[in-house]
Amino acid sequence: MTSPLQQKIKVTGPVVVTANRLADGVVVWRTAGNTWSTQLADAAVVTNAADALALLEGAQKRDTDAVGPYIAPVERDAEGLIHPGNLRERIRVAGPTFDLPA
Amino acid sequence: MYVYDEFDRTFLAERVAEFRDQVERRLAGALTEDEFKPLRLMNGVYLQLHAYMLRVAIPYGTLSSDQLRRLAHVARTYDRGYGHFTTRQNIQFNWIKLEDLPEAMAALAEVGVHGIQTSGNCIRNVTTDQWAGATPEEVDDPRLWAEILRQYSTAHPEFSYLPRKFKIAITAADHDRAATKVHDIGLRLHRNAEGTLGFEVLVGGGLGRTPFIGKLVKPFLPAEHLLSYVEAIMRVYNRFGRRDNIYKARIKILVHEIGAEAFAAEVEKEWEAIREGVLHLDSDVVADIRSRFVYPAFETLADNPPELAAALENPAFATWHRNSVHPHKVPGHAIVTISLKPVGAPPGDATADQMDEIAALADAYGFREIRVGHEQNLCLPNVAQKDLPALWQRLEAAGLATPNVNLVNDIIACPGLDYCSLANARAIPVAQEIARRFADLDRARGVGRLHINISGCINACGHHHVGHIGILGVEKNGQEFYQITVGGRADEHAQLGTLLGPAVPYEQVPELIEDIVDAYLELRQSPKELFVDTVARLGIDPFKERVYAAH
Repeated sequence: MTSPLQQKIKVTGPVVVTANRLADGVVVWRTAGNTWSTQLADAAVVTNAADALALLEGAQKRDTDAVGPYIAPVERDAEGLIHPGNLRERIRVAGPTFDLPA
Repeated sequence: MYVYDEFDRTFLAERVAEFRDQVERRLAGALTEDEFKPLRLMNGVYLQLHAYMLRVAIPYGTLSSDQLRRLAHVARTYDRGYGHFTTRQNIQFNWIKLEDLPEAMAALAEVGVHGIQTSGNCIRNVTTDQWAGATPEEVDDPRLWAEILRQYSTAHPEFSYLPRKFKIAITAADHDRAATKVHDIGLRLHRNAEGTLGFEVLVGGGLGRTPFIGKLVKPFLPAEHLLSYVEAIMRVYNRFGRRDNIYKARIKILVHEIGAEAFAAEVEKEWEAIREGVLHLDSDVVADIRSRFVYPAFETLADNPPELAAALENPAFATWHRNSVHPHKVPGHAIVTISLKPVGAPPGDATADQMDEIAALADAYGFREIRVGHEQNLCLPNVAQKDLPALWQRLEAAGLATPNVNLVNDIIACPGLDYCSLANARAIPVAQEIARRFADLDRARGVGRLHINISGCINACGHHHVGHIGILGVEKNGQEFYQITVGGRADEHAQLGTLLGPAVPYEQVPELIEDIVDAYLELRQSPKELFVDTVARLGIDPFKERVYAAH
């Protein structure tokens, strides 16, 4: 498989870098301070390929924090809040779209 | 039940210790993800959208009550209180933490359960009929032969790095409940004209991106040659199977490209060289493995006892009995299917409490044994008919007596985009909404046997190609769309469904399915003509016209 670093990165709108936390798999986002957060609101949002690549490269330096970082689309609403940019990312933020068995 | 011996127990304990060490080294940074990933996959650990997922094998679909209780314990202690039974006789835990996995695996290993052969390019968990050992239809217990294949294939060095994963299924009954014709190797155990036990061998079946029905390569293989012949197949595959393109790496592509005849000729050549070697199954070896299957000490009972006759006066019990109870080879006994498809629930999910209750019911009424079927339902294979009323009451109380087995809302569905990192579209909510449309089970019964299969991507874990109605989720411009096929079937008459027309958006799927069902109700010659038979008789055009005119 092509490494994400070698993939052609096309950025046409706001994006973030996301991954799963190593120890428990929880969804995390890369912050502007080069740490990981479990809140999408903390994510660094970039809008061009060079910045996205830099963010991704930073995320890949230490693989004991998070696994499988990749660039994911987001949307900003009128108030500037960040929302996931597609259904897959919405599900990663909010969990399955039905009630879990209880 | 098969009883593991010391060798198996030691092997499992060692494997857990190895994995514990690997996890520790990964968490400490001594192993990179690239180094660790193949190791975790060899133990059934995937990384999904929200969390790690542990896939646990249930070899040939057989569980003891103690094993099921342990699965419940893992669900409750290390996950979110439920598990998901899959289309390959596995169970998946969807929320497990890497740091907890060694403990969870140790707990499972204590009862002989593990995730080995549930991932990677090896011979996977061998599957079979969930009614094995109990159905009067079979010529032998297929689990014996599945167990022989398990012992042969587990950690087999020559077949641990195949071009791609490899799935074997066995049926010993003419009616195929194991979907053998859509496996890499499909084995049908039968007796020839001389009464000798042997296998019809199909190779190169499979679903996914390029679906094929398995092709006959050997009409009759005497059972004693099972391992040498399988080894010959594996060697031909290992040698000629493609490793340059993951989409062309399955054995079905090889068989398709060179043709079944040429493939069979290669296998014969290889087999001639090894058939009388160490893999020849001597009768004492087979007898020894057979002796480790412990069968229930059935009471001598008559069919249709008075307790059953009295209970059948109750229409609710009678309905369940007609739907979920099947004939047993021992008089006075029955096979009971437990529907994991309560209307509106995720197909194949069971809570830890339900698993504990089913284990308790197996203790009370089922000789401590439970089965898992590829239809994502469970089964108590050995129940005395006199106990059926009491069993039903407890199943009912636990939400496990929905009498919808084989009906339109007994839907097979993969986890889909709600869990799976490969999926393009959701499967479970589609299944839930369709099931709700047919919540009136009188209506569902009026429709009769109708299997709906849903996959959230082309990899086809929901076996959509062989659903009577198949639903495949695809992505179009960021939206979920679904292709509908009709006329597929997974049984002894296995065939792939035919695409009905253009994909439709998520919201339209349930209504479209209702339209297909309504069209069938109008078109069928009588209520005895099943949906698949109507499609076979008329083709897809009448369905297409009806459905696409409305949308």
